[in-house]
Amino acid sequence: MAEMDTSSGGGHKKGPGVKKAKKLSTRVDLTPMVDLGFLLLTFFVFTTTMSQSTAMAMNEPKDDPNQQMKVKNSGAMTILLGKGNQVYYYYGQLMPETISEDFKSTTFKGIRELILAKKKATPIDDLMYIIKSDDKSTFKNAIDILDEMTISDVPPGHYAEVPMVDVEKMLIQKTEEANGIK
Amino acid sequence: MPKVKIPRKSTNIDMTAMCDVAFLLLSFFILATKQKPPEVLSVKTPTSVESKIAPDKAILITLTKDGKVFLMLGDDTKKNAIIDDFNTTRNLQLTSAELAKLKKSEYIGLPINKLKSALNMQQEIPANLMDGIPTDSTNNELAFWFRSITNAYKGEDQRILQDKILVKGDGEALYPIFKNVKEALKANEIYKFRIVTEGEAVPVGSELYNKPKSEK
Repeated sequence: MAEMDTSSGGGHKKGPGVKKAKKLSTRVDLTPMVDLGFLLLTFFVFTTTMSQSTAMAMNEPKDDPNQQMKVKNSGAMTILLGKGNQVYYYYGQLMPETISEDFKSTTFKGIRELILAKKKATPIDDLMYIIKSDDKSTFKNAIDILDEMTISDVPPGHYAEVPMVDVEKMLIQKTEEANGIK
Repeated sequence: MPKVKIPRKSTNIDMTAMCDVAFLLLSFFILATKQKPPEVLSVKTPTSVESKIAPDKAILITLTKDGKVFLMLGDDTKKNAIIDDFNTTRNLQLTSAELAKLKKSEYIGLPINKLKSALNMQQEIPANLMDGIPTDSTNNELAFWFRSITNAYKGEDQRILQDKILVKGDGEALYPIFKNVKEALKANEIYKFRIVTEGEAVPVGSELYNKPKSEK
């Protein structure tokens, strides 16, 4: 295959003084070329499948004041997204007396367990996650938290995005100042 | 005892066939993959566990890192109708030459009041110098654009339009811009749309991971 016929064709004889030319093998070692071929192949295969973007479905509720949903305090968990990828949360409603104890902060790493713990501890009909995004939080945060809901397999309709109220904004600001988050 | 002679065989393997196979596969994959169109607006999308692939021809809203909003009308069959409708409903009074130029442009990223002058300019404004479509609550021009889009798709199945609307945002874009985009869509009674994300593996041990495949 990878060689050429270098034998001097036929049996025509040379004179006694004429030296026979040394036959050089023309066999080429193709191993490096195969290596290179497969290297490029793997590179292209990997890069092409990696760059495929996916589409996540979003369902926005209709803004209908008549269809306000009542949420049980026992089943509600409010997740607030602040700046610097910080996550704040509280259960039920914020009571003025215990506000500093109820309002806790965590990160995106810790929120998964909390979501799961809440889901396991609450009957599914009462379960409701209320997601509120601060003006300083990023688009990535908003997508990540929705993704967390999918990861923890929270059924649709059991989480909702709600605008943030002033008390919460103030609390976030205070916590940020205390923790030195810029 | 006579010695058993084992004939020495060469350990050289002919690599030619393997080489052929490698390059055949290589050329096949290079030719078979679609070339990604060069992206004018560089956006680093967030990740999600979603595995559905984003469609190619879509009405794409792009949010850049610095908070600008661009609109790409990828559905060529409706693009002209949308732009014509926008011209009449917003009373832009663009000439046919200006309209043709707008229809040719890949994306829209200018407020209404700058649109006409930009179309008359000799060279195109680069994307990073464009202002983006205003989306604030007082002047949400993106909502006007979507009014024209819904007009163009009127009479068709709403799901066709919903499947086409994609929001692609840079992870570092601030939340209020995304909220404004949602408001613009809501104003036109579009409640379902999709977000372009980068695929990500489902975390091992999570609820979704443990769920039987058939239910996913």
